[in-house]
Amino acid sequence: MISVENLTKSFGKFRALDNVSVSFDRGNTISLIGPNGSGKTTLIKSILGLVIPEKGMIRINNTEIRSNPAYRSQIGYMPQIGRYPENMSIAQVVSMLKEIRKDCTSYDEELIDGFGIPAIQNKTMRSLSGGTRQKVSACLAFLFRPDIFILDEPTAGLDPISSELLKSKIIKERANGKLILITSHVLSDLDDITSHIVYLQDGKLMFYKEVEELKESTGEEKLNKVIATIMQTDYLKVHAL
Amino acid sequence: MKTIVKYVLLDLLRNKTILVYTFILAVLAVSVLSMSGNSSKGLLSLLNITLLFVPIISILFATIYFFNSVEFTELLLAQPIRRNAMILAEYTGVAFALSIAYLVGIGLPSVLLNYSLASLTLIVSGVLLTLIFTALSLLIFVLFKDKTKGIGAAIITALFFTLLFDGLLLSFIYSFSDYPIDKPLLGFISLNPVDLGRILVLLQLDVAVMMGYSGALFKEFMGSAIGSVYSIACMSLWILLPLVISVRKFRKKDL
Repeated sequence: MISVENLTKSFGKFRALDNVSVSFDRGNTISLIGPNGSGKTTLIKSILGLVIPEKGMIRINNTEIRSNPAYRSQIGYMPQIGRYPENMSIAQVVSMLKEIRKDCTSYDEELIDGFGIPAIQNKTMRSLSGGTRQKVSACLAFLFRPDIFILDEPTAGLDPISSELLKSKIIKERANGKLILITSHVLSDLDDITSHIVYLQDGKLMFYKEVEELKESTGEEKLNKVIATIMQTDYLKVHAL
Repeated sequence: MKTIVKYVLLDLLRNKTILVYTFILAVLAVSVLSMSGNSSKGLLSLLNITLLFVPIISILFATIYFFNSVEFTELLLAQPIRRNAMILAEYTGVAFALSIAYLVGIGLPSVLLNYSLASLTLIVSGVLLTLIFTALSLLIFVLFKDKTKGIGAAIITALFFTLLFDGLLLSFIYSFSDYPIDKPLLGFISLNPVDLGRILVLLQLDVAVMMGYSGALFKEFMGSAIGSVYSIACMSLWILLPLVISVRKFRKKDL
């Protein structure tokens, strides 16, 4: 569904992505993990066309993404930090996006109702807490029933109930055959929803494995333990990844 | 694109800075116009207020607005929208809001209290300056990645055109005073939109005769219809060029 080939991007001298090739298929939830500055957000933004890579190619459904923005109608994006025009109300932001996306006529408003947005829809964006803004971002990502979801730290700042609601929504969409890309530092949140792990370090792809396989080879059950084991031992060398 | 312009405007017309800006301009305009008996004097003061406030407020407000809406721009660009359309829509929204503020603050009082060709010229010149300095701030936003540096560049740009440029101009006139420099001077002045705006209005007022020999030359050239068209054309170029460069640079900008 998404295929990335030899993607390279530098910011000045800093190599954010170094010759990364990877492909993601529908029906999977793929977690991008890695330390700060490892290139997760750059990879996501390259797929969205927000960052222009200097080398490499990205294809979505076998079409190269360069220069044609139409492909983005298949993607629902939830940014890490949601900031909106201060004096707009939630209802205005939602109706603005609906007007922009005239091509879409059926809306997925499950999260809007689940988060209780209608009750606060006339509040201005300025008056909202970080968590509530995060909820608005989540609602917008799911609103137009896209085939691909790109969620950048989706659960950061959400209360436990909302976080669970979002996670069950992610599981449901995956069951519908959608592709979900998540970055997160909160590994425990990814536990029940992830099918694959992509590990990036210093802009390089260290490994791309199924979660079950990783659990077996490390002998751990929890995702954070799995990753910790990988980091501490010379797992990468031993398994020649 | 229309949708984005509409919602940016909806947001900005409730923005406190815009409201305060409109209010201060209106208070100044009404008090200046009702105080002086001589309408030419009143307009001259309004011209000075325009040349002092419009460039710096427009460029600062717009630069801060563009930098603050980076995340929102990102969110909209994750939709199937072209980059050109997005950035031009943002420009149109901000420029429109600032122009409305100027029209209500200075335009309305001067048309109501002192209707004349000179007042209309002042309004045209003020709106053009708003559009120019908003375009320059878009260029600053596209060229700089960091908000603080961007705001610094905005302040320097505004100061350059309102203060520094005239200093350079004076030293140019002083050091070449033995030569016939009137025509090069005309060209030199085209490089500063603030001066163009000033001359456009001054030549509609009686004070133009006070400007001496070069004043007479300007009056002959700029006071004529061709002169006005020339300065408006130059000011339009001052809007278009930054916009074209911004759109081109923005295509390759990493967000």
